[in-house]
Amino acid sequence: MLYLQDIGTYFLMIVEMFRKPTKWSVMKQLILKDIDDLIIGSLGIVAFISFFVGGVVTIQTALNIDNPLIPRYLVGFATRQSIVLEFAPTFMSIIMAGKVGSFITSSIGTMRVTEQIDALEVMGINSLNYLVFPKYIALMLYPFVISISMFLGILGGMAACVFGGFSSPDDYLIGIQTDFTPFHVTYAFIKTFVFAFLLATIPSFHGYYMKGGALEVGKASTTSFVWTSVFIILLNYLLTQMLLS
Amino acid sequence: MIEVNDLHKSFGDAHILKGITTTFDKGKTNLVIGQSGSGKTVFLKCLLGLFNYESGSISYDGKIFSKLSEDDKRNLRAEIGMVFQGSALFDSMTIAENVMFPLRMFTKQSKSEMHDRVDFVLKRVNLEGAHHKMPSEASGGMQKRVAIARAIVNNPKYLFCDEPNSGLDPKTAIVIDNLIQEITDEYQITTVINSHDMNSVMEIGEKIVFLKDGLKAWEGSNKTIFRTDNKSVTDFVYSSNLFKKVRKMYLEENE
Repeated sequence: MLYLQDIGTYFLMIVEMFRKPTKWSVMKQLILKDIDDLIIGSLGIVAFISFFVGGVVTIQTALNIDNPLIPRYLVGFATRQSIVLEFAPTFMSIIMAGKVGSFITSSIGTMRVTEQIDALEVMGINSLNYLVFPKYIALMLYPFVISISMFLGILGGMAACVFGGFSSPDDYLIGIQTDFTPFHVTYAFIKTFVFAFLLATIPSFHGYYMKGGALEVGKASTTSFVWTSVFIILLNYLLTQMLLS
Repeated sequence: MIEVNDLHKSFGDAHILKGITTTFDKGKTNLVIGQSGSGKTVFLKCLLGLFNYESGSISYDGKIFSKLSEDDKRNLRAEIGMVFQGSALFDSMTIAENVMFPLRMFTKQSKSEMHDRVDFVLKRVNLEGAHHKMPSEASGGMQKRVAIARAIVNNPKYLFCDEPNSGLDPKTAIVIDNLIQEITDEYQITTVINSHDMNSVMEIGEKIVFLKDGLKAWEGSNKTIFRTDNKSVTDFVYSSNLFKKVRKMYLEENE
């Protein structure tokens, strides 16, 4: 029953988030701050992970091709498909659920514990619009992060290929252009927009409705990471089934 | 003036407020006192509209809160200033930005007008030069004064303070008490203070409402509290030997 109540509260929170909008001059600054915190602040870790995971995918693929009849450009092809279809949109989103999600939960949760949310409510401000809406808008730039992840993942694969001697740059470049389906990129970005919505709202829900003190803020961050990851995986499955099968 | 009539509030099976009726006068510091768990904070949160209550009514200068439309409730809230127990300053903003926040949200003032008003209220709470500090860099007493400055910056008609002295040294506590009383008198605000600080009760309790087990057990002022024979009040207020002696001396002097 408690889960049903939580689901209901989550959807009511989403409705409330769009009501009684905050003054635009204030909202503009909140959005810019959240873009800085959530998007710009994540670029470093996204770039680092994407580049090296791209490299590892390439090495693993190359090492598992031992049949001389399989062309070497397959390494580039497999890396591109892995990065564009799953690694960048899905795997990166789970990492972001840890980084961005726990930041959102802990910052909103701390505001709850220290009565800052009550202070907003007493002033007659719609605290959900004030706190959650700018995060949602900021995370609409999340596909930009994922496109950087795709680019760096493929670049990392190329670097590993060249420096590890697994195939030539020309083979790799042929591979990443082989059998390219533009809809796969569209599919990846549709997933990314859905995951961005989850990344903004599930951690906000866990922070906003938490009860207790500092210890509970930590617990709420962990819970929000778990549930954000669960819903990313579930929706990944559903979207893949709907869009690609 | 705030009028409360037969206010009831429960959490599940726990009946916290059991029919409180009282009034809080304009231009006076009204204190709500009582032991921990007596329902003070729940009462204050009902007054602020943070908790919904089951029955009864709260009216602000004749406007019954529960019957107001959402827009009217929002407009009324813009006339309320609140000092929270832990100050509730926004961590991500400087002291000046915290104080300016209600102006940015509810007024159409120009930047220079807002800066002038912030300078004025920060000076009023003796915090000139603290504009650019972050709340984490300010002491407890400073944070309380910033919270008071933020609460009064938009000229509220009603000021609520939840234990404004908690965690402060006696000297700073008196400064905060005097500041609240001066501001109440100066701007003719209806001020309601939750407290169990006996110095505050004696110093600024122009009206005192004593809650016990969710009921109003006594009502009076810092003048009449010395003479009351209500056992609940005397047990609570004069629980220390020092206050017992103070009361005895007061009664002897005034007989």
